[in-house]
Amino acid sequence: MPKVTMRVNGREVSGEVEGRTLLVQFLREGLGLTGTHVGCDTSQCGACTVHVNGLQVKSCTTFALDVDGAEVTTIEGMANADGSLSVIQQAFQDHHGLQCGFCTPGMVMAAAALLKENPKPTEAQIRHHLEGNICRCTGYHNIVKAVLAASGQDVSAIAAE
Amino acid sequence: MPKDGIGASIKRREDVRFLTGTGRYTDDINLRGQSYAWFVRSQVAHGKLNKVDTTAAAKMPGVLRIFTAKDFEGVGGLPCGWQIHDRHGKPMLEPKHPVLAEGKVRHVGDPIAVVVAETEAQARDAADAVVIDIDELPAVLDMKAAVAGGPLVHDDIGSNLCYDWGFVEENKAATDAAFAKADHVTTLELVNNRLAPNAMEPRAAIGDYDFATDMHTLYTTSQNPHVIRLLMGAFVLGIPEHKLRVVAPDVGGGFGSKIYHYAEEAFVTFAAKQLRRPVKWTATRSESFITDAQGRDHVTKIELALDKQGHFLALRTETYANMGAYLSTFSTAIPTYLHGTLMAGTYKTPHIYVNVKAVFTNTVPVDAYRGAGRPEATYQIERVIDKAARELGLDPLEIRRRNFIKADEFPYQTPVAVVYDTGDYDATMNKLESLADLAGFEKRRAESAKAGKLRGLGVNTYIEACGIAPSHLVGQLGARAGLYESATVRVNATGGVVVMTGSHSHGQGHETTFPQVIAEMIGIPVESVEIVHGDTANVPMGMGTYGSRSLAVGGSAMVKATNKIIAKAKKIAAHLMEASDADIELKDGKFSVAGTDKSVEWGAVCLAAYVPHNYPLESLEPGLEETAFYDPSNFTYPSGAYACEVEVDPDTGHVKVCAFTAVDDFGNVVNPMIVEGQVHGGIGQGIGQALLEHAVYDGNGQMIAGSFMDYAMPRAGDLPFYKVDHSCATPCTHNPLGVKGCGEAGAIGSPPAVVNAVVDALQRAGKKVSHIDMPLSPYRVWSAIQNA
Ligand code: FES
Ligand code: FES
Repeated sequence: MPKVTMRVNGREVSGEVEGRTLLVQFLREGLGLTGTHVGCDTSQCGACTVHVNGLQVKSCTTFALDVDGAEVTTIEGMANADGSLSVIQQAFQDHHGLQCGFCTPGMVMAAAALLKENPKPTEAQIRHHLEGNICRCTGYHNIVKAVLAASGQDVSAIAAE
Repeated sequence: MPKDGIGASIKRREDVRFLTGTGRYTDDINLRGQSYAWFVRSQVAHGKLNKVDTTAAAKMPGVLRIFTAKDFEGVGGLPCGWQIHDRHGKPMLEPKHPVLAEGKVRHVGDPIAVVVAETEAQARDAADAVVIDIDELPAVLDMKAAVAGGPLVHDDIGSNLCYDWGFVEENKAATDAAFAKADHVTTLELVNNRLAPNAMEPRAAIGDYDFATDMHTLYTTSQNPHVIRLLMGAFVLGIPEHKLRVVAPDVGGGFGSKIYHYAEEAFVTFAAKQLRRPVKWTATRSESFITDAQGRDHVTKIELALDKQGHFLALRTETYANMGAYLSTFSTAIPTYLHGTLMAGTYKTPHIYVNVKAVFTNTVPVDAYRGAGRPEATYQIERVIDKAARELGLDPLEIRRRNFIKADEFPYQTPVAVVYDTGDYDATMNKLESLADLAGFEKRRAESAKAGKLRGLGVNTYIEACGIAPSHLVGQLGARAGLYESATVRVNATGGVVVMTGSHSHGQGHETTFPQVIAEMIGIPVESVEIVHGDTANVPMGMGTYGSRSLAVGGSAMVKATNKIIAKAKKIAAHLMEASDADIELKDGKFSVAGTDKSVEWGAVCLAAYVPHNYPLESLEPGLEETAFYDPSNFTYPSGAYACEVEVDPDTGHVKVCAFTAVDDFGNVVNPMIVEGQVHGGIGQGIGQALLEHAVYDGNGQMIAGSFMDYAMPRAGDLPFYKVDHSCATPCTHNPLGVKGCGEAGAIGSPPAVVNAVVDALQRAGKKVSHIDMPLSPYRVWSAIQNA
């Protein structure tokens, strides 16, 4: 079986994979990084979102072999160096942007990618950017609010706690 | 506002693990020596199963064993938990629901065989090599055709009509008489569209078996592990409770779909013993669409009789409710006791008669989905009222107010069996009027018109019966289980508290809110309280979480157990302070003797309970742990008033939700942030039902909305920010916390508001459109405009 090597959350890892092994399978089963989730089989839900070389990708639609040599960041690599929650993670907690938590890793990864390219997005830009991430629990209200807050914008005028 | 007790919006402690990728969902668990199951499923909706040839598949690499129905001879069928009696007192028809299909397949997705192999890929490869010989039969999909002599889904029961239920049968004559005399009758035929629940975590199950102790363990994506233990142990596999442990770890959403006992759970438990290896199964999303119980799917004719002033005189409905191919766990109760009992809504309607025909079809089984029966009831009532208001030229708010049960009329006995304990429907409607700025609507409408858009306003109210339920009552109605809840409160020697609750959290935040209640009762920090749930080995008993019951029923059990703890702790404190029990007060975590300055800390009392050197051992056992079971004396009745504003694009039929306001009466609220989050999520699903979602089948019984490419899940761009309010609280009178439940309200109250708004937009534009069936897709709305 072919071998892949990549840096995941700053750590060099390698392993044997089949040609059909998906990046998400390699992360979850090969590396035990189960924070990246699988919510669909048609590349629609975004629960599997990770960063590859700084770009947001769906790891369910990426072959492990295709990211040989790449820099991969998953939800497990998003907290601050001291283990505390990053600004985006903290905003999700502060604004109740998650309920069951299943879509959450993908949402955080997608939000982080957005804020990197657009540090002060509008509500509409956030909603547009999250089109590829489905949440069944929150009705998106608090997710959008959390992303606005994470970008340093005032969310006090948005209804609710 | 208290710092962290009841009423405080403290942040959720469970978030940290979910935000850092360290949650533990079923598919995250891997057991040593684990094997993988892959199901071979029917690709046709209806057929005679002739032969399953596994010869070639069995020789494929890594295959351990292939199971078919033959392996399940002597194993029970998946049980239905609620027996309905029809209009004439006859029990419903109840066909067998085998773990693997026997002789016939009855819906696309019906499991036929299962391959277990060393890896998931090997199991999947071998599954493709299983050869199935099926004679396809005509599928029956339309409910009316099914009962009018269509092909039989179950040959052995002789009919596709599960039951023909009347409620209340004794009301029928008086209801018909009231219609005969009425000044005006409004009639509406409507469809409550079938939905796929689509919790974001697909179902998964791992079976494990310990040969040495004969102990079975099932890890599963369940809202109620004890119920699964009961159903699977007692009815399917014949495993006694003490030899079966069911664990539901972190669960990624449920919305009802993870209440039921499914074939895959029984399979992995059974196969693990046969193979003496753990067996794991995880659904693909495509599999979820054809195996998770779906929701709604009612076809209804509703009639409302009124006098000239718009007072309701009588209400009459006839509903066809789709059961799908088999009876799922709670399926039969949804269109009956969770639907018929709510047909009074928030109104005084003297005569009500509800008829429901439950029908078998060649589709995925239908069961409770967020709201379960109550959204169907609310939708009909609130749509027919809107139509009646238009016909009589009354304002939609005014006709509702004219018929509200008034605040001083509680407790209120409805004609459909239930007694509402509290409510103030005028208050919620008044609050809605101001919060949604209904007075400013005309101005906003003019703005929309300038942009070429048709703006509409829809309002409605809802009521629901939650906190299911008094066991003696549901027993009379056919439930095959009790519906209490249990809690054990364990106080440790150093004062920390662990609560083992039978409620299950799959997004609701119990790990945060339940400690708020205990902290408030004892006067200790929330950090001193920990919640344990989701494991039959650690929690004595539990009926689980559904029907917005966790706090109302599970929370009440917890309060009862905590009261026992406090009573015992007071005795210990009395001994330590050489005082009488009756004089002991507990405040802010400190016991004191009334009228003196003597006091002893909570921690010192707890320590004395476990290190009983100075302790009344002759009259009191050491230790500080209590269990309570709470069985409610009535349902709880959350209610509310909702408003939706939409813009319709007349050229495309596209509907945009511009504003949504929800005013709810949940009684007392423990954590407002979490309550509001529950309402947001429910509204999101309700708008999804109204505008986007439809689990639709083609004429051959193929689910043609079987993936997220085809089934329109609401996405961030489809939804607005919502305004929510829960300040008009009338606390529940019969549970200790005065709480009513908030989990389903949004999904119940929102669909009629959206549809009322769209119809309003078209009517104001002069289009004679009185109804459009959900989902209000651009095509449906555009067609309605064209045909008006
Ligand atoms: S799992 Fe990757 S998009 Fe759904
Ligand atoms: S929090 Fe459950 S799916 Fe988003």
